[in-house]
Amino acid sequence: MKEKKVRTADIGDGKIDQIIDKYQGDASALIQVLLEIQRENRWLPKEALEKVSKKLEVPLNQIQHVATFYKAFSLVPRGRHGVQICLGTACHVRGGPRILDRVEEVLGIQAGQTTMDMEFTLDTVNCLGCCALGPVMVVDGKYHGKITPTEAEAVLRKL
Amino acid sequence: MPKVNSPAELEKLRKGILSKRDPDKPCIAVCTGTGCLALGADRVVVALKEEIKKHGLEDKVDIKETGCPGFCERGTVVVIYPEEICYLRVQPEDAGEIISQTILAKKVVDRLLYVDPTTGEKAVRESEIPFYKNQMRLIIGNNIKLDPKSIDDYLVLGGYSALAKALSQMPPEQVLEEVKKSNLRGRGGGGFPAGRKWEECRNAPGEARYVIVNADEGDPGAFMDRALLEGNPHSVLEGLIIGAYAIGSHEGYIYVRQEYPLAIENVTFAIKQAEEYGFLGENILGSGFDFTVKMHRGAGAFVSGESSALMTAIEGRVGEPRPKYIHTAVKGVRDRPSCLNNVETWANVPLIINKGADWFAGIGTEGSKGTKIFSLVGKVNNTGLVEVPMGITLRDVIYRVGGGIPGSKKFKAVQTGGPSGGCIPEEQLDMPVDFDELARAGSMMGSGGMIVMDEDTCMVDVARYFLDFLSDESCGKCVPCREGIRQMLKILTNISKGKGKEGDIELLEELAEVTRDASLCALGRTSANPVMSTIHYFRDEYEAHIKEKRCPAYVCKALISYYIDPEKCQACMICLRQCPVGAIVGDKNQIHVIDQEKCTKCGTCFEVCPPRFSAVRRISGEPVPPPVPEEARMIARESKEK
Amino acid sequence: MSEITLQIDGRKVQAKEGMTILEAAQSVGISIPTLCHHEKLEPYGACRICTVEIEARGRTNLVAACLYPVEQNLVVRTRSEKVDKTRKMLLELLLAHAPDAVALQDLAKEYGADKARFEKESSFCILCGLCVRYCAEVKKKNAIGFVDRGARREVAFIPEIASKECENCKECFPLCPTEALQATFLLTKALMSPSPTCDSE
Repeated sequence: MKEKKVRTADIGDGKIDQIIDKYQGDASALIQVLLEIQRENRWLPKEALEKVSKKLEVPLNQIQHVATFYKAFSLVPRGRHGVQICLGTACHVRGGPRILDRVEEVLGIQAGQTTMDMEFTLDTVNCLGCCALGPVMVVDGKYHGKITPTEAEAVLRKL
Repeated sequence: MPKVNSPAELEKLRKGILSKRDPDKPCIAVCTGTGCLALGADRVVVALKEEIKKHGLEDKVDIKETGCPGFCERGTVVVIYPEEICYLRVQPEDAGEIISQTILAKKVVDRLLYVDPTTGEKAVRESEIPFYKNQMRLIIGNNIKLDPKSIDDYLVLGGYSALAKALSQMPPEQVLEEVKKSNLRGRGGGGFPAGRKWEECRNAPGEARYVIVNADEGDPGAFMDRALLEGNPHSVLEGLIIGAYAIGSHEGYIYVRQEYPLAIENVTFAIKQAEEYGFLGENILGSGFDFTVKMHRGAGAFVSGESSALMTAIEGRVGEPRPKYIHTAVKGVRDRPSCLNNVETWANVPLIINKGADWFAGIGTEGSKGTKIFSLVGKVNNTGLVEVPMGITLRDVIYRVGGGIPGSKKFKAVQTGGPSGGCIPEEQLDMPVDFDELARAGSMMGSGGMIVMDEDTCMVDVARYFLDFLSDESCGKCVPCREGIRQMLKILTNISKGKGKEGDIELLEELAEVTRDASLCALGRTSANPVMSTIHYFRDEYEAHIKEKRCPAYVCKALISYYIDPEKCQACMICLRQCPVGAIVGDKNQIHVIDQEKCTKCGTCFEVCPPRFSAVRRISGEPVPPPVPEEARMIARESKEK
Repeated sequence: MSEITLQIDGRKVQAKEGMTILEAAQSVGISIPTLCHHEKLEPYGACRICTVEIEARGRTNLVAACLYPVEQNLVVRTRSEKVDKTRKMLLELLLAHAPDAVALQDLAKEYGADKARFEKESSFCILCGLCVRYCAEVKKKNAIGFVDRGARREVAFIPEIASKECENCKECFPLCPTEALQATFLLTKALMSPSPTCDSE
């Protein structure tokens, strides 16, 4: 009989427990707890959410809403590299959509998707606060200002 | 570091720090705010440090990594003290010259100076640059002078003296009166009188009450709060502690959006330092007043920046707005009185306490006092953060401070107030920057985003853009906002795609009215503004899109075509080679023709055609002329005269 | 609890501090339409059908009657040109989702709402939240909740809880004004079988 495989969080149950325990069962810390798990694990597996629900005594439907309401959370595994293109007003006026077009072309995916090889996840953001430097692209936390479609492609190809 | 236990000890500490600093010692201040970092400021710092080491100057020259002074367009910004020489667009390669010429030889590096785009004049000192000269940088002016991770830098500039004054010389009610008298109005968008909110919170029944910093700056195009939090976090903390004292709160929250990692880092650091020095915690400066503050991160939702939604998020629940029929100042976090103010509002408080309400009220207009930091971006020469006194005209902000529209393009509109605001046309540019004036014009002050648009901006596309943003960010709880925005966006998208029909404008107006009147929160209520203001001032553009299927600004892709004028084309092949989809047919002696089926309207050909030919034309609202037959496409060159 | 006197549709109404306009109106038999309101649940303020016109401190405003607390000398109009226009549009927006919902038909007729004003939308849930709130506040099982935000907002069952609790309960079913709830439940059930622990590896 095939053994039933239970998918555990990528960072391990122990680490998840550690994160939750830091907030000492304070239900109002829900969003902060999820943010940390998201940052460490790069996504929120169902098992992690169930654990949080039990330990913080917050009903699962509330966690389900929080995890889907906020853009920071992902309920599916994400790529190794995070790419964000800003589509805030200033960046929009300065050609942000053209950067997005080129990046979508280069990576072969659309915003919100992850490449098949799990290397890149592409997202759009509504404003990163670098408005005088539009258009802006962030790759793995590094900001690239006044970027052109050609430069964007070059940055991605280097990875 | 032993705690500072009294105002006298604070002054002693301050004098001590000052005495150890030589005001004549050269100091190179490099902006390492998020903006300049995106342009490589970290590498500039490394290069400068290397050069300093090379010349053995480690003890003779200081390097300071500072906060954002706002001139992000010309980053990386470097200011050399004590002369205040300002270098712009500094690259790591410039480090050598800066050290050898400016530091050692006391000579200015000409090519790094500011050049006025119209007069060609150069400016050496920061204070001579028109961008800075025409501002009143009371709040943001210190950013380039301090390392945000150094509380001593803040003390050297007089930091925490307002707190000391308030705690030792003024009872809480007097602090409250001073803020009321100053007429400080909220800088986050609502413009509600801060003193009145403080008073309501102070007088609300209950034991515990909270003070909150709203740093969820979500308006696209606005980054004032980012600069303040990254660059001078203590100024915000000091204001918050003073406010807590006036209101009688002992617990505070700073809610920062997670999209600002550097701000989160610097505020966390500042809180720790403030606690070490005793500005936070128990018995602050020996006054008997206790106050602690906690950081709370946002998780990526614009609507959670609405005050009641933010408080719900602090409770760990989904950040949806609540009805504010009972003010959150009375019933907020956990139903306790909670006073929420914007970052910039809190940053104004130490100034008001130190210099007095009368001084503050002397700046600005009757209804709007003090200064306001704007994020001046878009089609303007000097983009960045500008701090100006209330009452300055929009024209002065855009032209005198901003340096006007680049590329000799014509100004079209300035959008203020973010997605909750509206567009203001040329005829209204002499309007003073003032909460009530902007509201009367169909826009609002908002948090300070000021986006300049020129003739190449399509106002229908602008409305569609903002509605698209709002539809993504709406919490979706109430019908008028969720469904009203859904339908308005549909109509605007159709119009921009050439599918607009008679009656669309009227339907948009009807939907906007219901959304404005019946929505639960301000996101829904103000979603009407981008639509109404663009229809009000630019109705002709809407009508062109609907009746003539024409986009006057040549933006809406479905309504434009690119066409190469056979009379002007010189078959230089530049556009042909650069077309990303190979839609241009031609040869070096053959006039180029765009295959309209393949064309993706990217506009590359239009941009790269040499200005002396200007052969590429944009067409909208009329049919594209059929291509010249192949036989007739040979170019008669000048040397081969017919 | 102090006594408050307010005026609703020209009538003087006595109410207690802490009551809402809706409660005060209901106490004297003045009816205000509602969709997301339920006496067993906390007022929600999402459908906005109960929007009424008020006059207070010299200003006129539109507010949700189910949430607005009564005030001394408040003047309330449950019908007016503005109120009717607003309700008509709200109904038309909802009818785009659920044109045949029984709960909407009478209201649509009364306010002259045209069910074909807007193109039909794909989901016929009107997100009144009655199911979510009933399960949370009355049954305290939290078997169903909201997902996502804005135009993408939906209700979704938590399969693990729903599989245990719902078959023998279904108390929320009659509350649904459009029967979208029943459809969602059936869909959830279908997705949960053949095996809830089926793993792709």
